[in-house]
Order: sequence, then structure tokens, then C-alpha cells
Amino acid sequence: MINDKESQKIVDIIQNFARKHSLWVLAYGTGCGAIEIPPTMTSRYDAERLGVRGAATPRQADVLLITGYLTTKTLKRVIRVYEQMQDPKYVIGFGSCTINGGMYFDSYNTIKALDRYLPVDVYINGCMPRPEAVLKGFAKLQELIQAGKADGSKKYKENLEWYRANQKEVIPVWRMPEFNW
Amino acid sequence: MLKEILYYTWGAVVSFVLAFSVGITYMGLNRKVTARVQNRIGPPWYQNFLDVIKLGSKKTAIHHGVMHHLGPAFLMVSSVMSLLIIPILNNGRFYPNLNFHGDLIFLLYIMTFGPLGMALGAGQTGNPNSAIGVTRGLAQMAGFEIPWVMALVALMIQYKTTSIVDLMNIQAETGRWLMFSSPFAFIAAIMAMFGMFRYSPFDIVGAPSELASGPMSENGGKYLFTMMSSGSVFAFAKLTLYTDLFLGGADNLLVLVLKTFVLYMIPVLYGVVNPRYRTEQAVRWFWGWPSFFGLLAILQASFF
Ligand code: SF4
Repeated sequence: MINDKESQKIVDIIQNFARKHSLWVLAYGTGCGAIEIPPTMTSRYDAERLGVRGAATPRQADVLLITGYLTTKTLKRVIRVYEQMQDPKYVIGFGSCTINGGMYFDSYNTIKALDRYLPVDVYINGCMPRPEAVLKGFAKLQELIQAGKADGSKKYKENLEWYRANQKEVIPVWRMPEFNW
Repeated sequence: MLKEILYYTWGAVVSFVLAFSVGITYMGLNRKVTARVQNRIGPPWYQNFLDVIKLGSKKTAIHHGVMHHLGPAFLMVSSVMSLLIIPILNNGRFYPNLNFHGDLIFLLYIMTFGPLGMALGAGQTGNPNSAIGVTRGLAQMAGFEIPWVMALVALMIQYKTTSIVDLMNIQAETGRWLMFSSPFAFIAAIMAMFGMFRYSPFDIVGAPSELASGPMSENGGKYLFTMMSSGSVFAFAKLTLYTDLFLGGADNLLVLVLKTFVLYMIPVLYGVVNPRYRTEQAVRWFWGWPSFFGLLAILQASFF
């Protein structure tokens, strides 16, 4: 009775509801877009009323918010942080820089498409996106979680070799454990 | 015999569920109050229930060894044990708990047991933030334990008993709350409560941006779930203890919730308008006025 499909469905609905309304965000301020996070969290836009709240460490976080361009040097740290997070975990790419390089499209030292290195669940475009857009992005992520479609971490595990190859292409000195979750 | 065991087990389960749900709701209300003070709308009051369910349904949770694995369990054990020896309602009605003579002294020990176990666990993670958090926590404990023990010793001297139930009976017989008959002990205990709850300005242990939440920085998923639920049970246990000792206990659940809520709002409201102290400032604060009031309480108890 406990393990059959029907009761699993009910458990899933409850769990997804809780996950959706309790997103602890690790805001990784990599680029200039990070300046839009404080107004999103404080009184004007108050993201906490949607259950979005800052997390102190990767272990406690659910959402990795990558705010803007990533240099190859920070990419290494971001990968490390992402792999330390506990399942289920989500990634939000924030700003045009994470989508196609934005205004850094011809830079020698930044990565262009974040999707090649980490599985991104939701993109928020704009340079830089306003807090309304950020909230819209969180709402979209909540929709995906409720539908059970925010499975970036599963994709990452299944296609780990592909992601690793891409990552090692741009990170010349790879002094990290192969798996660190 | 068997019936008695079943009866007490039932009492333990009921008080645990009650403490858990009330404690979690209080934590949610705390977030709401903080948000309103900061001119925000704030999360709904049941936000912490959702957080706890989410943490409990995380699929992975890594640990760094046996002690780290056991740390949150120590916290839980200490919270549940203190809950079980604190009488919840007057006359032991409805929720039979395991009181005995001398439980006040036992409580003093068991309330520090959880944080110590947690400190061992945090040490094993090897995270420097955890280590700093633990030293700060122990320093703060050395601060607030002094007025707290002084207040309890004053009560023990004044009424010549070490049992919580006896103290409650004295209040019921004389019709005077201990808050009025030993006011200095009450003031010292309330001031020590600021340190016990670890809200700002005394949130030096788990300072999120300074220490990355200190001792719990390596705990995710189910470990954080255990810590959060044990924290809420412990909060309710402490508030009930204060109600029992100083506010004449409670005759029914409604009165209990009302009294504990009023008590809970004292550290919360003091906290939202205060920034964080440094460690030595916090310790100095506790060894100042609170200890002075504790001393006054002991003098009052021995000479009047
Ligand atoms: S998208 Fe624009 S605002 Fe964001 S990091 Fe790139 S350049 Fe900066």
C-alpha cells in the first residue's frame, strides 16, 4: 500500500508543493547583474513572501542563481558549488550573459552559453533584468517544479561525461575531485 | 503496569506533536513579525512547515563521519528529554510527563547536552566556519548560563524545593505568580532567555553572512530537517518552562499558547530592532545587568 503508484503520486504532489514554496537561493554574484538581487529580497519587491529566501551555504541551498557572466576562473568554483548542493537542485541563469554571452560575446575569458557547463532550468533574459523579471523567473521555476519538470540535476548526472568534457575544455588546470557530491 | 507505560508513551507522543507544531508556527510568526517591522509583507505563517517538509524530502544528504551524523540527533534527544520532564499543563492533566523531585537540576544539565553534542558534530566537518561558530556558541553559553542558574538557584533557596511541580503548586496555593513574589529572578531569567533563543543581537553563533550559519553550515537535507524540528520543539519546551516557573502554569492549552506567545515575543521584538553584538560584547552584556539581577534574586531569597 505504501509503495504503490497511487500513493507515490500523492506524496509527490505534497513534496513538490513544499519544494515549490520553499526555495532557498544561493545567489552567486558572478557578474554585474548581482546588484538586482538586494532590491528583489528587500522591502520593495519582497521575494520572501513567495518563499524565496537566501541560503548561507551550498549544502542548504536549493537554487543556484548565476547572476551574469562567468569567467573561466569563477566557472570552476561554480561547478564545485553546484556539485556540493543536495538533490533536488535547480539552476537559474540570470541575464543575457548566461544565454549567449551578452555583451561579452567576443571576450576571450568568459564562457558564452552556460547550458554547456551546467544544466539550467530557467533563464531570465535582460541586461540587466529588473526585479519584476527575477520574480517572474522564480514563478516559472515554481511552475516547473510543481509539474515535476525541473529535473536539471538528473540531466546533469545522466550526461555527466558530456558536461565534464565541456568543462575541462575551458578549465585548463583541473585540480578537483572527479565527483564531489 | 502495561497500561501505565502505554499512558506515558501516549503522553510523550502527544506532547511532542504539540510542541513541534506550536514551535514551528511560532518560528513562522517570527519571520512574519520581522518582515512587518521591515515594511515587507513577509512569508505566510505556515512557511516554516513548508521549509521543514522540503528539507525532509531532499533526496540526498551527505555527512562527514559518525559524529557529524549523530550531532543533529543529539540535539533532538536533548530537546525531547527536556520537553518530557517539563509539565505542560497544571496538575499533570491530559499530558502526563515524567517529573520527579530534582528535575530542575537535571534540566540544567540536559539543556546544555544538545548544543555540546552538536559542537562535536560540527567539529568533525572540518569547516572553519563551524569551528568558529562552536567557540562563539560556547562563549555565549558561558555568558547566559550564569544569570539563568542564579535565577533558578534563587527559586530553589526561596521555596526550598528543586521540583518544577512543587513550584507550580506553590503558585496555585498562594495564588501569586512567582513573577511577582520573586521579581529579580524573573528579570534575570528573562534576560538570559535572549541568549537562549539566539535571536539578534545575540545571533553570533549562526550569523548567516558572517559565518555562513556557523555550526550548521555543512548540514543539508535531513540533517537540517532534524535541527530545525528540534529547534522548534526546544523553543516550545523552554517557553513552557518559563510559563510553569514564573507565570503560574496554564490550566488549558489556550492559556498556555497565549502565555508562551507573549513570552516568545520578548526576544523576537527585542531582536528585530537590534543589530548583532560581537562575542565579547554579548558575554559582557550577560555578565552585567542580568547577573546583577540574579545576585539580587539570591540575596532576596536568602534574607527575606
Ligand atoms: S547580462 Fe548584462 S548586466 Fe548581466 S552580467 Fe551580463 S553584462 Fe552584466
